[in-house]
Amino acid sequence: MNRYPLWKYLLIGAILLIGVIYAIPNFFPAVPAVQISSKLDETIDATTLQRFEQALQAKGLTPTASSTKGSQATFRFENTDQQLQALEVVKEIAGTQYSSALNLVSSTPAWLRALNANPMYLGLDLRGGVHFLMEVDMKAALDKNLTRYEDEFRDVLRNKKIQYQGVAREGDVITVKFEDAALRDAGLKTLRTEYPTQLLLEPVADTTNLKATMTPLELQTIKKNALQQNITTLRKRVNELGVAEPVIQQQGAERIVVQLAGIQDPNQARDILGATATLEFKLVDEDNDALQAQQTKRVPLNSQLYYERNGNPRLLKRQVMLTGEYIVDANAGFDESNRPAVHITLDSKGANRFAKVTGENVKRLMSVVFIETKVERKEVNGKVELKSNTTQEVINVATIQSQLGKNFQITGLASTKEATNLALLLRAGALAAPLYIVEERTIGPSMGAENIAKGLNSNIWGFIAVVIFMIIYYRVFGVISSIALAVNGFLLFAILSMLQATLTLPGLAAIALTLGMAIDANVLINERIREELRNGAPPQMAINTGYERAWGTIIDSNLTTLIAGIALFLLGAGPVRGFAVVLCLGILTSIFSAVVVSRAMVNLVYGSKPRLTHVSI
Amino acid sequence: MLEFFHFKKPIPFMRYGKLTTTISLVTFILAVLALIFKGLHLGVDFTGGTVMELRYNQPPPIEQIRTTVKSAGFDEVLIQNLGTSRDVMIRLPVKEGMTGAQVSEKVMMTLKTQDPNIELRSQEFVGPQVGQELYENGGLALLLVAAGIIIYLAFRFEWRFAVAAIIANLHDVVIILGMFAFFQWQFDLTVLAGVLAILGYSVNESVVVFDRIRENIRTMRDTSIPDIIDSAITTTMSRTIITHGSTQIMVLAMLFFGGEALHNFALALTIGIMFGIYSSVLVASPLLLLFGLKREHMIQQTKTLEGMNPDGSIV
Repeated sequence: MNRYPLWKYLLIGAILLIGVIYAIPNFFPAVPAVQISSKLDETIDATTLQRFEQALQAKGLTPTASSTKGSQATFRFENTDQQLQALEVVKEIAGTQYSSALNLVSSTPAWLRALNANPMYLGLDLRGGVHFLMEVDMKAALDKNLTRYEDEFRDVLRNKKIQYQGVAREGDVITVKFEDAALRDAGLKTLRTEYPTQLLLEPVADTTNLKATMTPLELQTIKKNALQQNITTLRKRVNELGVAEPVIQQQGAERIVVQLAGIQDPNQARDILGATATLEFKLVDEDNDALQAQQTKRVPLNSQLYYERNGNPRLLKRQVMLTGEYIVDANAGFDESNRPAVHITLDSKGANRFAKVTGENVKRLMSVVFIETKVERKEVNGKVELKSNTTQEVINVATIQSQLGKNFQITGLASTKEATNLALLLRAGALAAPLYIVEERTIGPSMGAENIAKGLNSNIWGFIAVVIFMIIYYRVFGVISSIALAVNGFLLFAILSMLQATLTLPGLAAIALTLGMAIDANVLINERIREELRNGAPPQMAINTGYERAWGTIIDSNLTTLIAGIALFLLGAGPVRGFAVVLCLGILTSIFSAVVVSRAMVNLVYGSKPRLTHVSI
Repeated sequence: MLEFFHFKKPIPFMRYGKLTTTISLVTFILAVLALIFKGLHLGVDFTGGTVMELRYNQPPPIEQIRTTVKSAGFDEVLIQNLGTSRDVMIRLPVKEGMTGAQVSEKVMMTLKTQDPNIELRSQEFVGPQVGQELYENGGLALLLVAAGIIIYLAFRFEWRFAVAAIIANLHDVVIILGMFAFFQWQFDLTVLAGVLAILGYSVNESVVVFDRIRENIRTMRDTSIPDIIDSAITTTMSRTIITHGSTQIMVLAMLFFGGEALHNFALALTIGIMFGIYSSVLVASPLLLLFGLKREHMIQQTKTLEGMNPDGSIV
């Protein structure tokens, strides 16, 4: 009666083995490491890795292990001294192509890492760092677009030679005045064909005016773009901060979460994240040699020396053809012959200016410069001094094929990836909607370490106390219940690690709570078995009925807690979500371990004795 | 066999129904009064504002910190020790025209003129709008959990069980909130998570008793409903206390070892677990009687249709 077929034991054994494999990486200590990642998101191959390794070895800093994963490479070191020295070495070789950062990585052995068994990420409250929640000023984004439409209306109507008296904007509505209804209807028809999906155009009753509002679809697109644009800019800036594993995520429709682990100074982070970016289109100085200018440090009078991201020097004319604020949109796509390209749209003012300067310079080289201004603060004698710091970088050089207007494209790009990157940078350099910090949390590193210790301590002491009680009270069944509880803990750790979840302090609390609640299922079973024995059932029968009867109750009682967990997950924010995830997963693992695993152990201990007269419970 | 709670005969809980209901009603009303007159001491998660945690080298004079912070232009300031005497928590409300970062920076600068060795252990700023949203979402989550549980229990048992369970457990929640209001313990996001977890957890307690009531109704054919309930509570008593005991052990470990960050969370759970036992035994079950639970509600009736043959088939 109390026997499992062999395959069931094997299956349970296999699950336990997998659980152990995926849970143990969490128990290896973290070792100091230096991480590099490609700023262009290119894959780091073995040769590049070797180049870094050789440079490190030359300085006597042989990494204990090094590995690459996608566009990131990690070098592990024995101690923090070596790590700090190595960072200097790596920085030198990395140049502008790679960003480098200090990190702590798990010392999980390679064979475990090969199985993708990695430890959980530690949340900011456990490792220290800065958390920002930023909100995009959507009103500003919408305003900017309305102003653009206002501009464009004038152009479109003028080009079609439809006379209008004026274009005005009030709130979210643009009104165009006409002399009579016939002109108004002509204007309405033209504008409707020009903006079929973006705008809702209607005549205003009792007047000869028409009014335009943005369609819900357009509103949504604008908001989505504004958010995306800001995320891109933030990502680029965070790369410069040299943070390992930064988190930059959309939250809801208008907000962005930025989490930077290990950053000690929130002010520095805030300054860099709050930098403003712009673009300048400039002509290339083709009469002089850039390399020569770089070497001799003699730059021609009307030119200026710039660098590309890979370090190539470029001589550009001082005169600015166009700035980023005129760019309305930039998208990656393909040109007529199906090569990667970036399509750029300018507003009407920009288009007029651009048409003039490009018309004069056909067949010459034009470059795009990305300019970023950061306000840095320094504390001098107890006073904060603000200093603005500008970095400039050439992001593209292309030949002007013909006079360029409102819409034009940049071609000759190496790949679609490059096109996407360029489009993102162009958009980021265009005036993005402003960001506001609506929530900020800083956790010092000492606090993080304390939180981990406290969270783990409460788990360990609680667990020991429960185990002692269970064994005294239920004896052999208590031992079995305690083992099942430990299995539950391991499985929970394993699943969280497989999901690469982020462990936070509320998460640790939830683990403690689920362990406390998980024992409930075993208590239910044990009490039922005792009851059956008391009613005179033979031991084997009592065990069987006990498990069967308790099953329904276990499901019912766990499902109600699961409902609470799901609601918490759906409506909770940040740390509460982490708590909810652990709670829900903990319920699932506890049902498995308390019912299936403990039953298997009971069957192994008692199942083989047909004439069992006594059970220790 | 080691047994703490073995009763030979069912304890007549239902006979004390009036008494226990009165006790519950009184505690409930007290809790509501505390909520109305004292109100919850909401954390920055919900109100918005700035919280800074500082560590000093020596125990600092709190009064002096207060005057210093006030002199920097922050009138509404709350300062208290946190755990040890060297750790100080400073809480400031949202200030018009200043970002949270500017606030904490200014406070730090001012305090550093007094003692340059202060360590800023953590700092937290929540904008007023975010706070409002978290507060609303918290309320919504509470409703969602309650609705989900009612639907599940109504489907699994019967509506009387569902309503009795949810009343009993919302009663627990109100008492936890009342205690937090009365003692002015800080109520923040983690405490809310604890309260919601308790709601799910103590319903599970009622479910175990209900399960037994349903089983008894089927097996104890000649017994009256109050006796059936008494027997169900008595037989599950041992399990109830042991389960809650072991969960409480874990929570106590959190209360003692978890530090300041988990303190109020563990406190909410402790109250919840204590009242959870009481309410599922002595509130939910009398409510079942009050709602008029009858044997027929739990036993599926074989309906007789017109023109049905004795074997139940219809031609």
